Amino acid sequence: MSNDGVDLEKRRFLTLATAGVGAVGAGFIAVPFIKSWNPSEKAKAGGAPVEFNLDKVEVGQMVKVKWRGKPVFVVRRDDNTVEALSDHDAELKDAQSTNEAQQPSYVDKVTRSIRPDIAVIVGICTHLGCVPQHKKETEVSWGGGFFCPCHGSRFDLSGRVFNGSPASKNLEIPPYHYLADNEIIIGEDQGEA
Amino acid sequence: MSQFMQWIDARFPATKVWNEHLAQYYAPKNFNFWYFFGSLAMLVLVNQILTGIWLTMNYTPTGEGAYASVEFIMRDVEWGWLLRYMHGVGASAFFVVVYLHMFRGLIYGSFRKPRELVWIFGMIIFVILMAEGFMGYLLPWGNMSYWGAQVIINLFSAIPEYGDDIAVWIRGDFIISGATLNRFFALHVVALPMALLLMVFLHIVALHQVGSNNPDGIDIKKNKDENGIPLDGIPFHPYYTVKDIVGVGVFLFIFCWIIFFNPEMGGYFFEPPNFTPADPLKTPAHIAPVWYFTPYYSILKAVPNQGGGVIAMAGSLVIMFFLPWLDRSPVLSIRYKSPIFKVAITLFVVCFFILGYLGMKAPTEMRAIVARVCTIYYFAFFLLMPWWSQWGTTKPVPERVTH
Repeated sequence: MSNDGVDLEKRRFLTLATAGVGAVGAGFIAVPFIKSWNPSEKAKAGGAPVEFNLDKVEVGQMVKVKWRGKPVFVVRRDDNTVEALSDHDAELKDAQSTNEAQQPSYVDKVTRSIRPDIAVIVGICTHLGCVPQHKKETEVSWGGGFFCPCHGSRFDLSGRVFNGSPASKNLEIPPYHYLADNEIIIGEDQGEA
Repeated sequence: MSQFMQWIDARFPATKVWNEHLAQYYAPKNFNFWYFFGSLAMLVLVNQILTGIWLTMNYTPTGEGAYASVEFIMRDVEWGWLLRYMHGVGASAFFVVVYLHMFRGLIYGSFRKPRELVWIFGMIIFVILMAEGFMGYLLPWGNMSYWGAQVIINLFSAIPEYGDDIAVWIRGDFIISGATLNRFFALHVVALPMALLLMVFLHIVALHQVGSNNPDGIDIKKNKDENGIPLDGIPFHPYYTVKDIVGVGVFLFIFCWIIFFNPEMGGYFFEPPNFTPADPLKTPAHIAPVWYFTPYYSILKAVPNQGGGVIAMAGSLVIMFFLPWLDRSPVLSIRYKSPIFKVAITLFVVCFFILGYLGMKAPTEMRAIVARVCTIYYFAFFLLMPWWSQWGTTKPVPERVTH
């Protein structure tokens, strides 16, 4: 067969069009493969809210509650501790909790809680996800709070990050609200029901 | 027999391939100690694949069953302990021989033109190997497995805007869970080994296209005899197959000594916190990756900013891909390079070891400063190479190889 009558322009168009359609098809078929990596329905159901009775927490004590598989710290703070929260603003990276992703809108910007005495904080370091250790005021020189053993980030007792920490964000406050005076539900926003 | 081979050769290029890649593949005759590690890497690869297949026969890739199944392999499966130690020590041995193999390339200029693709394929192998090591480390589901994976996956959350979603997507859950374990298992035993084998194949095809470099860094194809065979070349088989067997023998002595007498290597090959099951509510008091990741982990920690640390760590690997275009020295081998190169590479090795050491240690003020100095040198070594590699006077390169 002779090549004389070949329309190269047309051939190039057809090649590109075929490749283009093929690429779109490949894009479509990639979706299920990529999406299958998302959390399954089971994993999402594991994120159901948990109820917690505050009677279990003494003053100054911290209790870990498991929510979505993550540790949530519940700390009961006395009046002195709550007052002391506003005396070290200069040492904090974000004293006024300006990063809105880190706490629900209905918590106080300083105590980072609904009720000043009860702190509810996700116990996952915002640096690389280790679980910080709870340090009481009497245990450490920097006023107490949370210390991450992995890379040395420090947070105060309302989960605000200290200057000089590798973490740059405050600890996350989960959505929660009060069911009764001594009963909270973690994982559900206030006003949601 | 010859009739049989004729029948085969008419249908499959068996003799042709044998000759092109072994019996008539002419390698420089001056290979030294440093040339053992390529074939040793192949040996360890075979060890990993073989022991790995056998381990999967008794391993359970679920959050509930993984830790117990590893204990089952260690205690109840006949010779299970040996298979596991061969695999775990093999992982460390893989990195030992690969680091030495890369260092050989570095000092003899084996990455230089025309072997750029050999180097790049090799670097891809190295990155796949790191992914293999990282994902394999999660599988025993010990507490260090768990928190090590947590820290590394959280590196992705440094990506602005989408970081947290990407981390959830990789984990398949809001925290590391059985879902993460199961997909890492699939990648570790199926996807990455296939990619690894493909890249090893390409690495060798690219090498055999251009021919091996040698400790003198000179081209043996410039001097050929009347049959077109390099005067300084000898057939890979039987000469280097026999030589490599000696290397294999020595390697196996050391490998077996570790497996039988010291498989945990004082906590460097198997870390103590990993002998407790994964606990999502409790991080081990001190987190450190396995030794082969510690230099890069140090670089990550040296930058006092999360995003910056991740970029520096990734950059420390990416920059090595560009090595063939960074070295502008007129000669390839350290034997003829200027003393400046010898000083620079010695310092590089020292920095690499210091970074490796610091990566295992808890952070202190002083250590952070040392890690920063070493990190800066690490990058300066590569980024300034186009300039410093041209400084100083090189020695004259011989016409024929020396030995």
